[in-house]
This record gives sequence, C-alpha cells and structure tokens, in this order.
Amino acid sequence: MRSSHRLLAWVFVEAGLLLAAGGAFGQEARKLEVPYTQFSLPNGLNVILHEDHTVPMVCVDVWYYVGSAREKPGRTGFAHLFEHIMFEGSKNVKEGEFDRLLESAGGDNNGSTAEDRTDYWQNVPSNSLELALFLESDRMGHLLDVMSPARVNQQRDVVKNERRQTFENQPYGMASIKLSEALFSPNHPYHWPVIGSMEDLSAAGYEDVVQFFKTYYGPNNASLVVAGDIDPRQARRLVEKWFADVPKGTRVDPIAAPPAALAEEKRLTLEDRVQLPRLYMAWITPPHLQPGDEALDILAGVLASGKNSRLYKRLVYELQVAQDVSAVQQSQMLASTFLITATAREGHGLTEIESLIQQEIDRVKTAPPAAREVERAVNQFEASFYRAMEHVGGFGGKADQLNAYQYQAGRPDYYNEDRARYLALDTSDILSAARRYLPDDARVILSVVPAGKTDLAARAPSEKGKQP
Amino acid sequence: MSQRARSLLIFMLSLAVTYPAAARPLDRSKPPSAGPPAKLDLPAIQKLVLSNGIRVLFIERHKVPLVQVAVVVRAGAAADPRGKAGLANLTAEMLDRGAGGRSALELSDAVDHLGADLSAGAGWDQTLVGLNVPAQRLAEALPILADVVRRPAFPAEELERVRKELLTELLQWRDEPRALIRVAFARALYGEDPYGRVTEGSEQAVRGMTRADLQGFHASYFEPGNVTLVAAGDVTAQVLQGKLEEAFGSWSGSTVRPAPVPASLQPRGRSVWLVDLPEAAQSEIRIGRVGPPRQTPDYFPLVVANTLLGGSFTSRLNQNLREQHGYTYGAGSVFDFRLSTGPFFAAAAVQTDKTAPALSEFFKELEGIRRPVPEDELARARNYVALRYPAGFETVGELAAKLEEKVLFELPDDYFTTYMDRVAKVTAADLARVTAQWIDPGSVVVVVVGDRKKIEAGIKALNLGPVKLLTADDILGRPGPKSRVQSPK
Repeated sequence: MRSSHRLLAWVFVEAGLLLAAGGAFGQEARKLEVPYTQFSLPNGLNVILHEDHTVPMVCVDVWYYVGSAREKPGRTGFAHLFEHIMFEGSKNVKEGEFDRLLESAGGDNNGSTAEDRTDYWQNVPSNSLELALFLESDRMGHLLDVMSPARVNQQRDVVKNERRQTFENQPYGMASIKLSEALFSPNHPYHWPVIGSMEDLSAAGYEDVVQFFKTYYGPNNASLVVAGDIDPRQARRLVEKWFADVPKGTRVDPIAAPPAALAEEKRLTLEDRVQLPRLYMAWITPPHLQPGDEALDILAGVLASGKNSRLYKRLVYELQVAQDVSAVQQSQMLASTFLITATAREGHGLTEIESLIQQEIDRVKTAPPAAREVERAVNQFEASFYRAMEHVGGFGGKADQLNAYQYQAGRPDYYNEDRARYLALDTSDILSAARRYLPDDARVILSVVPAGKTDLAARAPSEKGKQP
Repeated sequence: MSQRARSLLIFMLSLAVTYPAAARPLDRSKPPSAGPPAKLDLPAIQKLVLSNGIRVLFIERHKVPLVQVAVVVRAGAAADPRGKAGLANLTAEMLDRGAGGRSALELSDAVDHLGADLSAGAGWDQTLVGLNVPAQRLAEALPILADVVRRPAFPAEELERVRKELLTELLQWRDEPRALIRVAFARALYGEDPYGRVTEGSEQAVRGMTRADLQGFHASYFEPGNVTLVAAGDVTAQVLQGKLEEAFGSWSGSTVRPAPVPASLQPRGRSVWLVDLPEAAQSEIRIGRVGPPRQTPDYFPLVVANTLLGGSFTSRLNQNLREQHGYTYGAGSVFDFRLSTGPFFAAAAVQTDKTAPALSEFFKELEGIRRPVPEDELARARNYVALRYPAGFETVGELAAKLEEKVLFELPDDYFTTYMDRVAKVTAADLARVTAQWIDPGSVVVVVVGDRKKIEAGIKALNLGPVKLLTADDILGRPGPKSRVQSPK
C-alpha cells in the first residue's frame, strides 16, 4: 500500500556498446537512456510512451498527484479507500467488470496509495492495449455516474480488514503508525497513517467520494504512462481516442504543509503481543532528491546492509544480542524519515540495544567510513538499478518509474542526474550526513515490548540509574 | 476457436474505424475487442554439458547486463532423516558461512562488493543456490558460487550462530498467525508423514543438529550426478560454458538420489483444529486435503479449476468473501505441487466476528466448484492463465526459475511452447472430473488460528466435525530452556 519508488530503471540504448565499455562499478558513468515520447492532451493529461518489446505485454500506469497528505481531519485513510473504489466500476463498466474484462484478456491490475500520490497499473497482453485504455479512461472520466453509498460501504469493510491484516494482527504492526504520529506534528500531513483510523474509515461517506473525485481526480492532476510492446504512433492515437473526452478538472494548488522538524528526543513505549522487544530510532531527514538524501541512502547501507555492515556485524554477528537490524532512508516529497530498527534476542533488553547502536552512530559521526564500505553500498545500489530495469509493468516497473520521475523531478528521464548523486559521493559526505542529520537531541525512540514487560524498553541514559 | 476468429474480425474493423475517427463522438457502450493474442516467442533453451557430465540449461538474453545462474541440487527437506527435520534447510543456510578457504564475512564482503546477490534455500524436493550478478562481474562471482556449493566448511562457530538465529525465528512464529497456521495445517493434514513437517523443522530437531549431520547431508546429495545448472542472461553460450567448466568441471563423485516421498492418504471425513491466539483481530483459516503430485496428467485442468475457485481476483472465493461479504482483504486457494502429494488448500484471514459465517461461505464454494461451471467463467479462467503466460518470461530471474521448474519436474522440451495450447484445451468435463476427485469438502482438515473465546461457539455450531482445541505450544512445542537461546557469557 505504501511504496517509496526509490529505484529507477534504465534501458540501455545499445546493449552491445555497453558490454564493450565494461569496467568496474563507480569508475565510469555509462550513458544510459530510456527512450520515450511525451505529450499533453488539451484536458491537461500528461502522457509518456516507452517501447520495450522483450515480452508481448503492455503496462498502462496512471499516477494521480494526491495521497493521504491531502486528507481532511476526521477522514484519515480516505485517499486509500477511494483507491479501492476506483476498481468497482464506472459509467460503462459494470460493477465487477473491470477485473472480469481484464482477466478474460489475460491482464492483471493493482493500485497503491502513499502520502504523496496514488498509482494504478494494468498489465495486459499487447493485443489488449485498447481495452486497458478504455477501462482507465472510463474511471478517470465517468466514475461518479454510477457511484453509490453501497459501493463505499462494501470497500470500507474490505479496507478495515486490510488494516486488521496488515497492522493490528501483525506483530509490531502498529509501530509505523506510532512513529509517524510522534515524528510529525498534528498539523503536518504525515502525522496520520495512509491506512487511516477505524473511526475515520467508518465516518467516510458517499459525499466524500464525490468531492474527492472532483477535487483531485481530473486529468490535469494525473500522468499516464503506456510502456512495453507498443507502436508509439498507434498508442498515441489510442490514448487520444479514449482520453480526449475526459473533462478537465479543477486546478490543484501545491500542498501547504508546515515544515517538518523535531525539537527534542521523544521516547515512547508500545506493548504488543510479541515474544521479543524491538527498537525503532527515527529522524526527520531531507526530502527525496534534496541534498543529503543520497548520502543517507548510502549511510543506511554502511550501517546495516550485508554481514559486514557496522550494525549487523556488531549486534547480530559478533555480540549476537539482536536477531535483525535494518537502516533505511525512507524518501518522500515533504520530508523523509531515516529509520534504524533492531529486534533484541531473548535475554536482552532495548536499553542495551540502543546503547550499542548509539556507539555505532557516534563512531560514524567521528570519522569517515572506509572507502570499501562506501563502494559496497554504492555497488549494491547500482546493481539494483539494473534489476529494476528488467520489469516494464507492475509496482516498481519502468512504467511506474517514469511516472515517479515525472512527478518527483519534473521529467521522466531524470535517471542520469539521479545516479550521478550517488557516484559523486565520497566518504566525507557520509560523515557529514551522519553528523548533520542524525542528531541525538531530535529524534524518536520507540520501544515495542511484550505485553507487561515495559522494563525491557529503552531508557534514556539519564534514567538508567533509577531502575533496579 | 470460433471465438478467437470472431474477435480477430472485430479487431480489424475497429482499426479501420479508429484511425480516421476523432470527429465522431466516442462509443463507450462496448469494451474494445482485442487482436489475436501473441504466441510465446521464447529464445531457444540451449543445452550444454560439462566435461564431468553436469547438464546446463541456458537461455540467452541480452537486454540488461545481468546474468542469473542457479545450481539445482535434487535433494531438499523431503530427504531430511527422521528426527532431523530441518537438516536440508540448515545445510543450505550454512553454505555461505565459510567456504573454499574464505570466512562468512569474507564471502559476504566479496559478494556485496560485486553488486551480486547470492542466495541458498531448501525446498521440499530441491536445494537451490542462486546467483544474480552484473554480466561484467560473472567471471569473479562464479568461483564464489562454486565454493559455497562444492566446498562449504560448516564452521562450528557459524553453526551455533545460525542455530541461534533459526531458534529465535521459530520463537517469533508464536507471534505470527500465518506461521502458526502453516505449521498446524501441515501437521493436521499429514500427521507423521514427511509433509507433516515444515522445511525449517522444529525447535527440538534444530537444537539437536550437529556439524556432522550437515557434512553428511552435503556429502550425500551435493554431487555432480545430482546437480543441474541453469542460467539466463547477458552472456553467450560459449563464454558461459568456459566459465562453468572452470568452476564446476573438475567436480566428481557418486550419486545418491533421495528416496521418493510415498503418497499420503486423504483425511477421513472432516475435522477441525482450533489454535488459540488470544486477542487476535482476525482468524486465519485454512481448509484443505491432499493434492496430486506435480507430474499428474491432470495438471492443466487443476490449474484452471483452481484459478476459477481461488487463484485470481475474480475467483469465486475472493468475490464471495471479499467483494460480496467484506469479511477479508483477500481469499484464495492453491495446489502446492511437489514431487509427491503436496497439499491443496483454501485460505483467508477474516475478521474475528465473522469467522463462522466465513467458514460457511468457504464450504459453499468448495461444494459449488464441483457443479457444472458456466462456459464464460471457464473461458475467463483459461484466458487468464494462458494469455498472461508470455509475460512471465521477462527477467533473467524469471527465465532461470522456469528452467529450475523444468529440471525439477523433468518437464518435456516443448513444455513452455505448448503451455498456452494445453490450457486452451481444458474443457468443462475435465473440470468436473478433477474437482470431483481432488476437491471433496467432505474429506478435509479445517484449521483456524484465532481468539478462541470469541470464535469457538460459532465454529462448533457449524457441525463441521470433531473440534480439537490447541495452543501455540501444542503446535510449536514448549519454548526451550532460556539458557540455551541466550548468548554465551
């Protein structure tokens, strides 16, 4: 449901040339390109076309520039509930027909909602491209003609079960909700979770659907990618045919959000039905593509990617006090979150875990990492770019990535600039990022402990003497 | 077949109208028709042989500079000796923890620095060691793959590390409804048969495993005669053959195939296992019985039948339990095909207060699938399986996985190219025959993991059969002595 769309896909224009280039990672920047064409329809819909004939499949991918960050008080979770409703039929597609028509054609589809955007994709055999465009354009242009309170009620129940399955009935499932609440102030749109609260989901109604659609689901607030086994000239004609009659929507102003900042260290404890305590340490960090974002990606790798990373080696491999440890820069448009997570082994509490992690944070703020540590992280990162390049459709496929760049960087082919951010880093940048963005006095420390065992929670150094 | 011809005609007409159109108002009353579906245009499967007789299946693909190589060892958890459940899994986990003179950390550093991904895992019938690597790093990565497969050191200190990690994971299963139901369902259905375990084994067995056990498993089954290599990606056959010969060509040894798993018997009547998970917001449900082996001649009818029952979004189970009733985020079913008789089951996580009504709906659909299936529904399921099939050959990982499947189940050379036709030939009569034989709701085990105090009465009122009440301890065993899980002081 929430996906960060970090990695981007590249297509080599001429694979043979690149093979000839060879060479080690990080030593040279090979010229990479995604050939695409882009145009706009009079109703404001941005369209991007990309050819890839590896398999006879086409992806139709739409991003709407709205997510949970646009929700009103008392209606948290609505952007995601709305996403579910988009699959329930439109004026010329009877309820249930969206999926039946696609499956009859051998197609698949899905959608996801995040804080900043909502995406939808259909993967279809290339002979059914026009069917996918018909379905996508009908719900973009003609959703409300058949909307009813019954449809809202039905998906409300499904979404509540999604919340139960993904959060309430998952060990540690409520942690991400608690973290967002603590990191971001109540007037910041990242304060509430994408899934929303049960109360707000209950309160959402038919009128909300009408308003939300009219406000945010116009073609001028969306971008369409058609990628895969296409003839671009024919694809353009078909896009024009099916989307030209979609009426333009109202203008959507840029989101107004207060600056995200923490003024102190906050400590929270959550009891859960778990065997082992888990520690979360979170910081607010620079938004996606802003200076510092890329160094924090690599810092996360230095800290917790692979057996030789600092936190894994110390906590899991050498001392064996933790079952797992991870570090990630979760990049988003208004503000990112840098998150370190570690699960304690039996017999170990989170005060001990925190103190060990803190030692490693102090160390990474004291001296730059070794060149080998940074190379490992950069090489892994670069290889994952190749892997992402293999898929055209679905979440994280090339179609989705072209739309991500279009939204986040203003054009679909930002990948060379994006990659250059990583190749330009040296070890001192990692040191600076750790010093600047991981302060000890502005962060959230969340302990999730087994019910009744709050003594396992991480205590601040000043509190430690107070406990027996 | 007449249907396909008709849609082709409509497609040609619609093209003729589409191109000059634009001025005329768009007719949205009917969905546009599709053109003729694409055939699977698969690059040839190249067959290479190393000097020691190891077979290699290879698909060349130059789109992205990546290569996937996998070593398929024909021995998995089904070969675990009695009392040593989890041995194949632990052996696989230990392969890259020291091999060919390099330590676990040195191996990991080398793999990470190459931007490679090295993974090892045991299934029921095979152990797979896979390598995904940028093409220009293949020559450096293959010797590492060969070391972990051929020359693992199984250092005692690393075994204790991995053992502790695994025991902690088993402890964490107590928190996870889906892990609990996986273990409980296998036991309920298969009892003491080999498939009554899970591949990870049990806490007791993992505690008892020795370094000699791992060395023995490796010595018995990791032999050239038991191994096939598969590869896909951005390399030529000639270059690949040379590099594989260097890495694996000198490997010699005898061949011991694991004994086949005997077929299991179907459950006699119906029975219910209710595993208590206090305060659970949802109940995990699995209802199932024994399925046929992968090599069954009924494979294609079973795949289509399952697609219709619970293998797609529009399947009956998902439409009923999710879209019609809103009891769940998703419901489905699966035939878990193995070399021997793997399970068939239907499953969902449903909200606690709807557990009994959800079970009723499951049984309605399990009964319903045995009645004649409408032709349009059958056609949709066939199309869904067949028409998307070519899209599954997109990445080097997907290509290698297809070859792994071919090796493991000894599929014929024309298997991939005839797949779509064989699905298209599945008839309503085929469905009636296979569902009557394999989906009998009168002979199933029903396992529910949920909040007993809220769901027990409702489940008992359904009169599904005898209800056995269990706890997580009954399923996973009592947690072991603490001192043995803690780190050495």
